[in-house]
Amino acid sequence: MSKKLLIPLALFVVLCGFLLVGLWRDPREVPSPLIGKPAPPFKLAQLHEPSKTLGPSDLKGQVWLLNVWASWCVSCREEHPLLVELGKAKVVPIVGLNYKDEPAAGMKWLTQNGDPYNLSVVDRDGRVGIDWGVYGVPETFVIDKAGAIRYKQIGPITVEALQTKILPLVRELQKS
Amino acid sequence: MKPRVFALLVAAFAISSLQALAADAVPTDKDSVASSRAVKLSEKLRCLVCQNQTIADSNAELAQDLRRQIHEQIAAGKTDDEIVDYMVARYGDFVLYQPPVKSTTVLLWAGPGLLLLVGFVGLARIVRARRAESDAPPLTAEEHERAARLLDGDRAKDAS
Repeated sequence: MSKKLLIPLALFVVLCGFLLVGLWRDPREVPSPLIGKPAPPFKLAQLHEPSKTLGPSDLKGQVWLLNVWASWCVSCREEHPLLVELGKAKVVPIVGLNYKDEPAAGMKWLTQNGDPYNLSVVDRDGRVGIDWGVYGVPETFVIDKAGAIRYKQIGPITVEALQTKILPLVRELQKS
Repeated sequence: MKPRVFALLVAAFAISSLQALAADAVPTDKDSVASSRAVKLSEKLRCLVCQNQTIADSNAELAQDLRRQIHEQIAAGKTDDEIVDYMVARYGDFVLYQPPVKSTTVLLWAGPGLLLLVGFVGLARIVRARRAESDAPPLTAEEHERAARLLDGDRAKDAS
């Protein structure tokens, strides 16, 4: 009889386990279906030289990061110093996708806060953002030499994410 | 003088309201079908910014952009399934309020039924156990005597 009484207790403990794990998970982080898939193509005007365009096909053969940012985005400020540092280290080319922003405001923001990007392109109406499944700026993608998306960081890059996920992945992809 | 000013004002007002009427495009049948399709589709899709709202409910910028996508794709002659596939390809199954039945979602779909089944099995076992209890063997003569004594209230004797 006492053994039978333990069954609900065991079930309760299991339920608590599930709920406890759920506490530490971020429901806003939706896994992207684009991981492992070829980067969605685009051909967008460059922020500083609108007459020139850039697209993923121009970067084939190298590992690169696409960072989605905007001057109106508050949490972009949070990750920006880290990006500036990463840009100075010249470990990996960083392309900025200026998402749903005024180009003038974007350029001003970069002169004020530092420009970590090799190049920034302008996605004025957010269409390329939709193609890339962007829903919370900032977002950062790691794209491999073959042009496939390998990792997506939703929200600001943290030191931890950079050290434990992004940089090791970049180094591994650069070797292959 | 004054009535003339008033008449002028009324005329100006009448003309401006006529213009307002003219500005409202009269929807054709085709438009209303397309817009009801768009509304139905956007009610099926989740807004990823405010996750408990559909993109029909949400006023987030992304929801507005996605509604615009739906309108454009309907105008381009895409079917509902094609538009839903377009969204799933970019944002994953999470955009669907009704998740598809797949190997990863089997537990989600079958879970409530399974729990109900477990409940019924448990209930049946308990009922059967109770029935077995009530089918206990009849009392012996000695037990009958003790029961009678207890019922008569002669507890002292029983306790001895």
